[in-house]
Amino acid sequence: MNMNDFQALSPLIIMAASPMAAMLAIAVSRSYRFTATLSLYSIYAALLSLAVAYPQAPHQVSSLIIIDRFAILYMAIILISGAVVIMLSYGYIKKCDINYEEYHILMLLAIMGSMVLVCSSHFASLFLGLEILSVSLYALVAYPKQRIGQIEAALKYLVLAAVSSAFLLFGMALVYADSGTMALSAIESRAAHGTAYTLPFAAGLSLITVGIGFKLALVPFHMWAPDVYDGAPAPVSAFIATVSKGAVFAILLRYFNQSDLSHSSLFFLIFAVIAAASMIIGNILALFQKNIKRVLAYSSISHMGYLLVAFLAGGELSVRIATFYLIAYFIAIFGAFGIISFLSSEDKEADDIDYYRGLSSKRPFLTLVLAAMLFSLAGIPLTAGFIGKFYLITAGVSTGLWKLVVTLALSSTIGLFYYLRIIFNLFAPAENLHLPINVSAAGSVLLITLLLLLLWIGVYPEPLMDGISAILEASF
Amino acid sequence: MILAMLIAIPLLAGLLSWPVSAVHRKAPFWLSLAAVGSDLLITAFIWANNSSNLVATRTNGQWLIDYRRDWMPQMGISIHLAIDGLSLILVGLTAFLAIAAIVSSWSEINERIAFFHANLMFTISGILGVFLTIDLFLFYFFWELMLVPMYFLISIWGHERRAYASMKFFIFTQAGGLLMLISILGIYFIHGKATGVYTFDYNQLIGFSLAQPETIWLMIGFVVAFAVKLPAVPLHPWLADAHTEAPTAGSIILAGLLLKTGAYGFLRFVIPMFPAASAMIATPVMIIGTLSILYGAALAFSQTDFKRMVAYTSISHMGFVLLGIFSFNELALQGTIAQIVAHGISTGMLFLIAGALQERLHTRDLTLMGGMWSTAPRMGAVTLIFAVASLGLPGTGNFVGEFLVLLGSWQANEAITAVATMGLIGATVYAVWLMHVTFFGSAEVDRKFPDLSFREMVVAGIMIAAIIAMGMYPSPLLKISGSSVQALTSGINTMRDASAAWHETHDTIKPGVTR
Repeated sequence: MNMNDFQALSPLIIMAASPMAAMLAIAVSRSYRFTATLSLYSIYAALLSLAVAYPQAPHQVSSLIIIDRFAILYMAIILISGAVVIMLSYGYIKKCDINYEEYHILMLLAIMGSMVLVCSSHFASLFLGLEILSVSLYALVAYPKQRIGQIEAALKYLVLAAVSSAFLLFGMALVYADSGTMALSAIESRAAHGTAYTLPFAAGLSLITVGIGFKLALVPFHMWAPDVYDGAPAPVSAFIATVSKGAVFAILLRYFNQSDLSHSSLFFLIFAVIAAASMIIGNILALFQKNIKRVLAYSSISHMGYLLVAFLAGGELSVRIATFYLIAYFIAIFGAFGIISFLSSEDKEADDIDYYRGLSSKRPFLTLVLAAMLFSLAGIPLTAGFIGKFYLITAGVSTGLWKLVVTLALSSTIGLFYYLRIIFNLFAPAENLHLPINVSAAGSVLLITLLLLLLWIGVYPEPLMDGISAILEASF
Repeated sequence: MILAMLIAIPLLAGLLSWPVSAVHRKAPFWLSLAAVGSDLLITAFIWANNSSNLVATRTNGQWLIDYRRDWMPQMGISIHLAIDGLSLILVGLTAFLAIAAIVSSWSEINERIAFFHANLMFTISGILGVFLTIDLFLFYFFWELMLVPMYFLISIWGHERRAYASMKFFIFTQAGGLLMLISILGIYFIHGKATGVYTFDYNQLIGFSLAQPETIWLMIGFVVAFAVKLPAVPLHPWLADAHTEAPTAGSIILAGLLLKTGAYGFLRFVIPMFPAASAMIATPVMIIGTLSILYGAALAFSQTDFKRMVAYTSISHMGFVLLGIFSFNELALQGTIAQIVAHGISTGMLFLIAGALQERLHTRDLTLMGGMWSTAPRMGAVTLIFAVASLGLPGTGNFVGEFLVLLGSWQANEAITAVATMGLIGATVYAVWLMHVTFFGSAEVDRKFPDLSFREMVVAGIMIAAIIAMGMYPSPLLKISGSSVQALTSGINTMRDASAAWHETHDTIKPGVTR
C-alpha cells in the first residue's frame, strides 16, 4: 500500500472509520443529535474525499478494489442518497421511544457496503460488500421493532437474502472452478461469447444471475420486496429501493454490460425474459395494493425491469442512460418515501392509501410534492422520470429491442393506473382527515430541493447527462 | 417569439391563478379570460399580418412564422415552433373555445377556483403547444402534458363517476402516446443512421423516405395515438365517459379541442411523413371512418343522458374527419378543416347548454325533460340552432364541412361515401329527437327555472354568429387553410407519381384523378 492507494481509497476509509467513531461516541455519551450529525458529516467528508480519489482513477488497489470513474460516480450517488436517507430518518427515528443512536451506525455500514460493492473487481470484495450491506439491512428492517410485521419482514429478508447469497456464492465457485480466476473481469470477457460456455461456467453464471435477481427484486425473485418494503421503517424502505438496488445494478452494468452481446445468446435471452416479466408482473401486481409502500415496492420491481432494457441495449450510451434513469428514479423514491416518513407517527406508518384521502385540502405543499414524485415515476412530462423513460426507450430503439420497448410502453401504461389512483385520492374531498404531524422546516427544505431537482432535470436534462458522460468518459 | 408567447401567456396565467385568488376569489376567472383573450388577439394579429402570404401557394416547410431555439442539442431536440394556415385556424379555435369554456365555469365551479383555472390554462397551453410545435420530441412533450391538467379537471370537478372516467381517459391516451413515442424514436434513429443527422425536426424528417416494412409499423404508432384522440371506432370507449363526467368547461375543451389534436396529427404528421403508407391504408381507414359515423349516430340516438348523447355525436362527426383526411384530395381536406371548426363550435355550445341545464335541473337525464320551451324559450332556441347545425343543415358551418368531405370522398371511393352519407340521416334523427325530448313535447314535471342569463346569451350569440357566418361565407376560412391543403395534396400527388410504377400498392391507391 502506498500513498496513492490511500488517496484512492480515502472515501472507503472515511466510511469505515465513521461507524467506529460513532460507536465510540455512543460509549461515552448517548446523544441522538450528535450521532446523526456525525454520520451526516462523515458522509460529507467521504463525498469531499471523492475529489481526492478522482485524480487517481482508474486505480487498482490489490486485486480486490478498483477505483475508477464509474466507481466514483456511483459512490457519489450512493453517498448523496445515504445522506438523504439519514435526513429522512432523523425525525422518523426520533419519534420512536428506544435507543436510536445505533440506527446510524447500521446505516453508515450499509452505505459503506454499497460503496465496496461498486468498487469491487473481485468475487471476494463483491461478496464482502454485499454482505456488509445485507447484514446491516437485516437489523435496519427490524429496527424500531414496535410495529407488527416488522420482525416478520426482517426475517423474510434475512432468509431470502441469505439464500440468494448462497446462490451467488455457489455461482462464483463454479465460475472459479471453470476459469481459475476470481476476478470479475473473467465474467466480462466470457459472457459475451455465448458459444464458449462450458457447463460449469454457464451454471455458475446462471446462479450469479439468480443472486443478483434477488437483490434487485426482479421477477421471479421478487416475492420478498412488498413484504419487506411494507414492514421496514419508511426511510429504510427508501434505502432498500434506492441505494441497495442501485449498487447491485452498478455491478450488473459494469461487468455484464457487453456492447457486442449477441441478441441471440442465452444470457441475453434470460435477461430479456426477466426484464419483460418484471415490467409486466410488477405493474400488474401493484394494481391490487391498498398500501402505498407495497405499491412502491411493486413499482420498483417494474422500474428495475425498465432499467434492464437500457442494460440490454448495451454499450456506453446505455450505461449513461441507466445512470440517468437511476438518478431520476432515486429522486422520486426519496420524495415519496420522504413524505411517508414525515407523516408517520410512532405507532403507525402513513402507508394506507386512504390515509392520504383529501391531503390536498390540508397540505397543498405535500400534495404537490407527492403528486410530482408519482408523476415522475409514471413518466409524465416536466418531471425527471419523463426524460428518463424517454432515454430508456431511446436506448432500446437504437439497438432495435422492439419487443422490449413495446412491452415497456404498454406495461407502464398499466402502471399509470395505480399512480393515478393515489393522486386521485390526494385530491378527493377530505372525509375524516387527521394529520397530527407537522413537517419540520428542514424536512420541507429537503422536499423542496427534491422537487426542484425533479423539475429541473425534467425540463433541462442536458447538464446532468453531460455530467454523467464527462465523468464516465474514460471509464469505458 | 410571438408563437412562444401564445403558449406562455396561458401558462403564466395558470401559475398566477393562486396569487391572484388571494386578492379576490373570482380573480382567476378574469385572469384566464384576459389570457385567452389576448391569445385570440395575437392570433388575429398573425392572421392580419400574413393574410397575403396565405394566398400564395407554398410548398412544405415554408411557414408563416418560424421560431427555433436549442433545447437539448446533443439529442437534436429544439424548441421549434411554426405556424401555417392549418395551425392558425386551430390556434384561433382554441382561443375562441377557451373563452366559452371559461365563461361556462363562472357559476358551475365554486370550489378550488384557482386550481381549476390553473388546470384549464395549462390544458390550453398544452393544446396550443401541440398545434404550434414542429419538433417531434416537443410535440410528444406537449401531447402528454395536456393530459395531466385535463385529468385533474375531470377527476376533481367532474360528476358522479369521475374517478373511472378520468382514469380511462388518461390510460387510453397515454397508451397511444407511448406507441407514438416509439415511432418517433424509430424515425429518429432510422433517419439518423441513414443521413448521419440525428434530429427530431419535422422539416428535416418530412422529406425522408423510409424503407417499406418499417414504414407501416412506424406509421401505426402514430395512427393509433391519433385515432385514440380522434376517436375512431374501436378506440373510442374513453370518450363517452370522459365527456359525460367532465365539468362543462372540460367537456367543451375535450370535444372542441382535444379531439382536434388527433385530426391535426393525421394532417400534420401521418400524411406528410408517410404518404405512401397512408395511401395503402386509405381504404380500411375510410371504412373505419364510415363505421364511426354510423355507430356514433346510432349510439347517440339511444342515450338517455344529455352529455353522453352529445359525446356520441362527436364520434359520428369525427368519422367525417377521418373520411375526409384519407380521401386525399383538396375538396375533402378543405371539408375536413371546416368540419373541425364547425364541430368545435357546435358541440362546444351543446355541452354548454347541457351544463347550463344540469346547473338548473341537477340532472342530465333526457327522460326527465320535455316541454321546457315554455319555461326557457331562449335556451330552447339556442339548442334548436345547434341541434340543426349538428345535423348539418345548409347555412351552418357543419353543412360546409360535411358536404365538402362527402364531395371529396366521392371522388376517392363511391361505395364508402354512399354508406357514409346515411350518417346524415342518422344525424337528423338524433338531432330532432333531442329537441323533441327536451324542449318540445309535454312537460312531465312542471318546472320553473331561470332562462339563459345575459352572460350565457353573449356566449351563445357569438357562437351562433360564428357558426352561421361559417355556413354562409366559408371562403375566408377556406382561404386560410387553402395553402396548407395545397401543400398536403401536392405532397400526395408527388408521391402518386412516384408510386405509379410501384405495382404492389398501385391497386390500393384509387385517386379520383385517374378514374
